[in-house]
Amino acid sequence: MKGKRYASVTAREARLALWMLLPAFLIVFAVIVFPVVANFWISGKSVSLGDLRPATPSLREFVAQAPSEAGDELVLEYRLRNSSRGVPIQDVVLEATVPEGLSPAPNDAPAAPDAQHCSIEAGRIECRWDEWEGGFSDTITFTFIADQAFFDAQVDMRSPTEADISGRSINVLTTFDFTLDNFRFVVSARRFWEVLRTTFAYPFLGAIGSILLGLTAAMLLNRKFPGQTLLRGLYLFPYVAPIIAVAFTWVFLLEPFRGTLNTYLMSIGVLESPISFLSTRSIQIGDLPFPLALSIVIFFDAWRYFPFSFLFILARLQAIPSDLYESVEVDGGGMVRQFISITLPQLHSVITTLFLLRFMWTFNKFDDVFLLTGGAAGTRTLPIQVYDNAFGRGDIGAGAATAVVLFLFLAVFLILYFRYVVKED
Amino acid sequence: MSRTASTVRPFTLGGVALAGAAGVIATWLVTYVGYFVVSMLNPSNILPNLGPTAAIGLVLGVALAQMGPALQKQKGLAVGIGLVAGVVWLGLTMAFGVALPLTFLVTTLAMFAIAGLSIRSVFLGVDVAHLRKDYVEAVVFRLVRGILLCAVTLVVALPFFFMLSLSFKTRAEYLGDPTNLSVNLIQPIPELFSGFIEVLVRFNFGVYIFNSTAIALLTVVITVTTGILGAYAVTRLRFPGRRFLSKAILLIYMFPAIVLVIPLYSVFTQLGLRDTRHGLLIVYSAMTIPVALYMLRSYFQTLPADLEEAGLIDGCSRAQVIWRITIPLSGPAIASVGLYVFMIAWNEFLFAFMFLDTPAIFTLSRGMMVLDDMEVPRQLLMAGATIITIPIMVLFFRFQRYLVGGLTAGSVKG
Repeated sequence: MKGKRYASVTAREARLALWMLLPAFLIVFAVIVFPVVANFWISGKSVSLGDLRPATPSLREFVAQAPSEAGDELVLEYRLRNSSRGVPIQDVVLEATVPEGLSPAPNDAPAAPDAQHCSIEAGRIECRWDEWEGGFSDTITFTFIADQAFFDAQVDMRSPTEADISGRSINVLTTFDFTLDNFRFVVSARRFWEVLRTTFAYPFLGAIGSILLGLTAAMLLNRKFPGQTLLRGLYLFPYVAPIIAVAFTWVFLLEPFRGTLNTYLMSIGVLESPISFLSTRSIQIGDLPFPLALSIVIFFDAWRYFPFSFLFILARLQAIPSDLYESVEVDGGGMVRQFISITLPQLHSVITTLFLLRFMWTFNKFDDVFLLTGGAAGTRTLPIQVYDNAFGRGDIGAGAATAVVLFLFLAVFLILYFRYVVKED
Repeated sequence: MSRTASTVRPFTLGGVALAGAAGVIATWLVTYVGYFVVSMLNPSNILPNLGPTAAIGLVLGVALAQMGPALQKQKGLAVGIGLVAGVVWLGLTMAFGVALPLTFLVTTLAMFAIAGLSIRSVFLGVDVAHLRKDYVEAVVFRLVRGILLCAVTLVVALPFFFMLSLSFKTRAEYLGDPTNLSVNLIQPIPELFSGFIEVLVRFNFGVYIFNSTAIALLTVVITVTTGILGAYAVTRLRFPGRRFLSKAILLIYMFPAIVLVIPLYSVFTQLGLRDTRHGLLIVYSAMTIPVALYMLRSYFQTLPADLEEAGLIDGCSRAQVIWRITIPLSGPAIASVGLYVFMIAWNEFLFAFMFLDTPAIFTLSRGMMVLDDMEVPRQLLMAGATIITIPIMVLFFRFQRYLVGGLTAGSVKG
């Protein structure tokens, strides 16, 4: 009796939990989990941007020759087209009504109806096709003889037969034919390996940059002084400001034609002529080529995301007990010794975590590079490639395949992250 | 001993060298930064002359470093010595025939007063008469600190200042001197704000502000509501798969938007959801729910379960317990989540850019792309950027405490 009651309480609780989690679960499932799976699915399909709209048969009715008195011919045209260039339409049916007073011309008339598909019976036109392939277009012509009844009925000459057309097209996304062509395309792309190199260099150096800057800022503000709170707020701001605002500001600041930075550097004699910072692949420094645009993008990343490292490192710094420092001071160790033997070891774990997180997040960051350079001048990364394939070239399948490659890399990082960073709560 | 210690320290070669070097560096840095800032606010580019600055910096450094502890304590003295140095500097510069505008006279004096204070704090507690390794280290360390503080602050703040300043400047004003970031405030309001007015009226940013606000606020409502329900279930109710769920939330949070964008674009196009505001709303809610669940769950775990149990025993339903006990106790956490979610939805670019085609339903992020056109003056682009940034800036500085909570929790503890 007691046991049963307990069991029912547990079951009720589990049921309640299910209901409470359901909204969150549904939204997240529909918009995050399902698309990730769907992405794998689409990557095996040959789909272009235009195919997303379902293929529909289209029909235009057109009176090519109007009768002027009883006994004249009326020539009617149906212009037919498949709206999609690639997707076929099955079981197309055209139905129309022949208005009062029109009778089919004898079959020996110059433009006989397409007997293979169409028939006229009891005042009704009916045409059937098994399939229209992608890009199908055709014109069929009927010739009628009009008598007086036709003129009396005052037929609308824009669409005298009120034709209607219907068909059934497959949804390209739900078929079961798969291909590996997309992956072949992605891997054999002319610059795939270069893109891959950039895809790794950008988050790697960006993460290091943002951590170094964050560490510096945290060391600077790890002490009370007037204006410290204000500076802390200011230092966090690049991270919370809208990406589109800061990216455009940087683009403008770095502009080659009378841009502020170029003009300033020229006025103090560092530059002789303006540089297009974001569209110069590399410049020579001494004998070495220096990847300029990529470096600027990396610097932007460090600038925008250092607050994140700053916040965590500052919190960690403030948690270091001061007697640790005192013990080094007693041993006669200066600031450098204190930093190396106390601060750095204490920060070790937070810096590792920060590196992994920042690396992962920058690895699949799209907005920043897209808005700064659009992927030009040696800054093309996989996320940009995803966008370019899917929406620039209009090849949804190839875009999805690129995203799958990206996701597989990410999966490796996630495994590392969950193994080494997220332990039991 | 105590008398000399409290007034002036004996001169030693090492001490004077260190003090002089530090004085030159600190003075040059402070005056340079000061002039840089003032020349951005002023239609002229003047930078401090290196020669006199170095000479006076040297004297200033030695003078302030040689003071004993008692004199060091008085900040006023350091300011006074700095001001005197400033007057001498001005005299020297004028003697070279350089005419300085009034703003620069004032700036110079202020900068030298600050230089005096800075050098004082560099040498605070350092006995230059008996130099030790740690004294030298302290002086170097403090100088480097000062230099870095100026550099980092400048690098962080400059782009924002640039954005703000340029949104008030016409094309002609900007091209006249691109390095001059000063704003002429003495002009009629409609002229001063002409860029903003044009963006708001001609480019319909008024509509975009409304769209962005509506979408962001609704996202907050949806995410916070589902987040509270879900997080409560995860922390307070027992059900199979509870532990797994906590990990799953974290995992899902790591899924990148760029992997979702193609399938969502395809499916939303076929469902007719793509170019709509509610389509965007669904995406934003889904993107923020995992974070909200994670943050609220962490917070609910810190709340004592006793109170809620007492409520249940007193005959409240679960809904009443959540409404009357859990939610009122979680004010700060809910504020954090709400602000964080608002910020994400307001700033979001990728989906707004991919999904929206109809100008009437553009969000600000999407609307900005219209301004990114060579035909449109850059002033308007910066005015647009300012418009989209200001609300976030206000929210951030007003509710910094909550937002910082959101930022840290939004990223998983390490």
